[in-house]
Amino acid sequence: MSPRAACRLETLGFQQVYDYVTGKADWLARGLPTEGERAGERRVGEVARQDVVTCLRSERLGDVQPRVEASPYGFALVVADGDVLLGRLRRAALQGDPEGTAEPAMEPGPSTVRIDMARDKLAERLDKGGYKTAVVTNPEGVLVGIARREDLAGE
Amino acid sequence: MPRAALYEEVRELLDDGAQLIEVLPEAEYAELHLAGARNIPLKRLDAETTADLDPARPVVVYCHDAL
Repeated sequence: MSPRAACRLETLGFQQVYDYVTGKADWLARGLPTEGERAGERRVGEVARQDVVTCLRSERLGDVQPRVEASPYGFALVVADGDVLLGRLRRAALQGDPEGTAEPAMEPGPSTVRIDMARDKLAERLDKGGYKTAVVTNPEGVLVGIARREDLAGE
Repeated sequence: MPRAALYEEVRELLDDGAQLIEVLPEAEYAELHLAGARNIPLKRLDAETTADLDPARPVVVYCHDAL
């Protein structure tokens, strides 16, 4: 729809016309400000926790394991430069050779949710699957944090 | 030809004073729209409805997404 609108504006004499191709979906997924009747809807990005352990794919398991043990969660998330999410290291995977690195031990491409997801929808999804945690990313796949079921309570 | 723009470019355009227009129907705009956007539905996009846009400034249009 917006490409047609952009062309229409040009025919009306506007010479600097841009089509924001990813539009409203992209804006919402970035957690940017909105207006309107649904603007106050409570979204996952507001409760994302940033205290999850992260590591690079080249890090030694022996270095990651104590950080996970000290954290409230039983896993670490493996990220590339720029915090792009690559995978997840569960506690069991960290029990292997401490000289091994994160990449071969990780589960690649873990499921994620976007920061603009309504909290009640995520609560419903977690309950349905019997999960307690969701990994939250932005449209570029950059890790935002994790959302815990208890943080969605009452939604 | 209009230029396709991704978020980073849109951000710069808006910071520089571009006009932001949602072209979805009125009901969808009323429900939720980008902060600062105004609504001119595609079906009503004509010389009259765009008369108060400034032709000297960039105009950024959007709908839900490219699909």
